Amino acid sequence: MRIAPPRGAARRSGERGNWRHILSILVENEAGALSRISGLFSARGYNIESLTVAPTEDPTMSRMTIVTIGSEDVIEQITKQLNKLVEVVKVVDLTEGNHIERELMLVKVRAAGKDRDEMKRLADIFRGRILDVTDKSYTIELTGTGSKLDAFLQAIEPGVILETVRTGASGIGRGERILRV
Amino acid sequence: MQLTGAEIVVRCLQEEGVEYVYGYPGGSVLNIYDELHKQEKVKHVLVRHEQGAVHAADGYSRSSQKTGVALVTSGPGVTNAVTGIATAYMDSIPLVVLSGQVPTHYIGQDAFQECDAVGITRPCVKHNFLVKDVKDLAATIKKAFYLAATGRPGPVLVDIPKDVTQAKTAFSYPRTVALRSYNPVTKGHSGQIKKAVQLLLEAKRPMVYAGGGVVLNNAAPQLTRLVRSLGYPCTTTLMGLGGFPGTDPQYTGMPGMHGTYETNMAMQHCDVLIAVGARFDDRVIGNPSHFFRADRKIIHIDIDPSSISKRVKVDVPIVGYVADVLDEMQKLIDGSPQRPDAAALKAWWAEIKEWQGKECLRYDRGSALIKPQFVVEKLYEITGGDAFITSDVGQHQMWAAQYYKFDQPRRWINSGGLGTMGFGLPAAMGVQMVNPGATVACVTGEASIQMCIQELSTCKQYHLPIKLVNLNNRYLGMVRQWQEFFYGNRYAESYVDALPDFVKLAEAYGHVGMKIEKPGDVEGALREAFKLKERLVFMDFITDQTENVFPMVPGGKGLTEMILAEEL
Ligand SMILES: Cc1ncc(C[n+]2csc(CCOP(=O)(O)OP(=O)(O)O)c2C)c(N)n1
Repeated sequence: MRIAPPRGAARRSGERGNWRHILSILVENEAGALSRISGLFSARGYNIESLTVAPTEDPTMSRMTIVTIGSEDVIEQITKQLNKLVEVVKVVDLTEGNHIERELMLVKVRAAGKDRDEMKRLADIFRGRILDVTDKSYTIELTGTGSKLDAFLQAIEPGVILETVRTGASGIGRGERILRV
Repeated sequence: MQLTGAEIVVRCLQEEGVEYVYGYPGGSVLNIYDELHKQEKVKHVLVRHEQGAVHAADGYSRSSQKTGVALVTSGPGVTNAVTGIATAYMDSIPLVVLSGQVPTHYIGQDAFQECDAVGITRPCVKHNFLVKDVKDLAATIKKAFYLAATGRPGPVLVDIPKDVTQAKTAFSYPRTVALRSYNPVTKGHSGQIKKAVQLLLEAKRPMVYAGGGVVLNNAAPQLTRLVRSLGYPCTTTLMGLGGFPGTDPQYTGMPGMHGTYETNMAMQHCDVLIAVGARFDDRVIGNPSHFFRADRKIIHIDIDPSSISKRVKVDVPIVGYVADVLDEMQKLIDGSPQRPDAAALKAWWAEIKEWQGKECLRYDRGSALIKPQFVVEKLYEITGGDAFITSDVGQHQMWAAQYYKFDQPRRWINSGGLGTMGFGLPAAMGVQMVNPGATVACVTGEASIQMCIQELSTCKQYHLPIKLVNLNNRYLGMVRQWQEFFYGNRYAESYVDALPDFVKLAEAYGHVGMKIEKPGDVEGALREAFKLKERLVFMDFITDQTENVFPMVPGGKGLTEMILAEEL
């Protein structure tokens, strides 16, 4: 699986006509479904920027969100190929309409001395929550669109970041846009 | 009553009406074999290599439209079967492959003969299953048969751990399958069909391009009727041969890399192209950007939405079973007052006739050496064009496709998508078994045949009177041809050295062998061989070593950038 170029760059159109798409997929909650989908992406040379998956309110079904980058033709093929997989129930390209996108990030930063207050202020500006504190570090929780999380990382000095972990994007349609069987 | 998993497997096969299971035993499937042994309804055919088992099941399916079944053991049994599975996958052939697996509690422990069958076959099956609970076994096998044969067909693997074959449960075979996640669109959109008919009737330079989908969906009668009622030229791909009669005057020969000059010119220069169960494969259209023409409209009928606009943008996509869509189109055409533009059609045919004047399939008939094309022509004559022809991969395959005229579908059996050397002989076994009494010939090369030669033994055991036509040029001919054209005659590893004496080899396996070295002996040998109705005959034709397949569109080139035979 090819991991995408740096997030900031990929977020805007990459190569000519390549755009970032968020695909929401309902899939049978069966062993092997995940590898079938990720295998499809690697075998056909499609790009995955992030992939998240968890069961839905109906335990027989999982919902997956894949962020991918490609031209219109490529996205059309990806959608068709996904639909062809026997375990895939439904595929929707959220980016085709109004949608909400959220990602969760945990970031552990060095926070000592005078930088400590500055870090707290910055976290507040981004509506982050400090989850864990030692005398030398903070662990901050942030949610938002991927680009907001990127912006936070860019706002702090790279040297103070000790560790980051991101969930990858989840998305849902706005208003009456509903994805279900 | 409680049945063991092994009993259930056999009962399921009986319920599905399976006649033959092609397989090879081993530790993890011994319970299943024991059950097969206790009954007579489902016959087991013992091949000599699991690749042969899958190819045999595949040939069985291609020639009969039934689903083929193979049974292999875990580990090496599965890995040996992979080539066969991938071959069937690329050509959309419905197969159910049952594989043994180590007991469930051993899975993941690197147990003896453990291999992740579901993982290793995932990219080359339509779907696969690992059955962990005997209670799921019958329903899973039912699903496998259903998935294999519906929508775009393909192979489905069911991996069954040994303890599941021992465990017991109540048996009932489901009558129907409902999968909320699997609902192939089978009926074409009527608005699109109307548009397609309109386009077709308005065409000035129409071309019909039919592929394997026509054969698989049994749509040859519909296609033939449509093409004849319109009077349009028609080509069939390597996978579609026989989908439209090869002897029909409207037939222009195969398209693509080794297609006819007239077909390739017509594909490129038509104003309306209708693709029926074909997928614009790279071997068919060459370079897509060269193939593209803004002023040509394309209609594409296919059961698989992902085949549409994958390589070539189309104007009128129609997803559905091709037979039904063609039926719908015919109704509209018959009911329409509009007729094709006769004057334009006449001019178009005149142009095609001119291209045909090139006689691109000409070859030297006066040669002192046996020309492979001549052997195929004679084979056609002597079998009255009525044989099942299987093939391997290479020049001989192309000559068989070019010179044997197939008037019926399911008569030409070859590995088009994967191009698997070794396919021909085991496929012929499946063909012969499901068509007992029919004439079955395998056109092969001295290299391809050696890839599954062990199946000669299976042929002996099951009395399969296949006729092998070995076009022996002592070269990996197709490789040598590329090396001649594109690698400055540097024949790297393409000479087939240390060949066996095929006559003795055939005899060693209990068959009849013949060696034919002169053009004058070709016809006599073929006649003699086909008279031996009860015997497998291995005909080793020593052919012109330097013969090439023409026309040829070099890889990556445009469809009309053909290399034609040297001026003869
Ligand atoms: C399993 C496999 N390995 C390699 C190839 C590549 N290949 C394509 S044609 C060919 C030569 C085939 O030689 P032969 O069977 O003698 O047929 P000929 O071309 O001489 O008619 C080879 C090696 C293949 N298609 N399949």
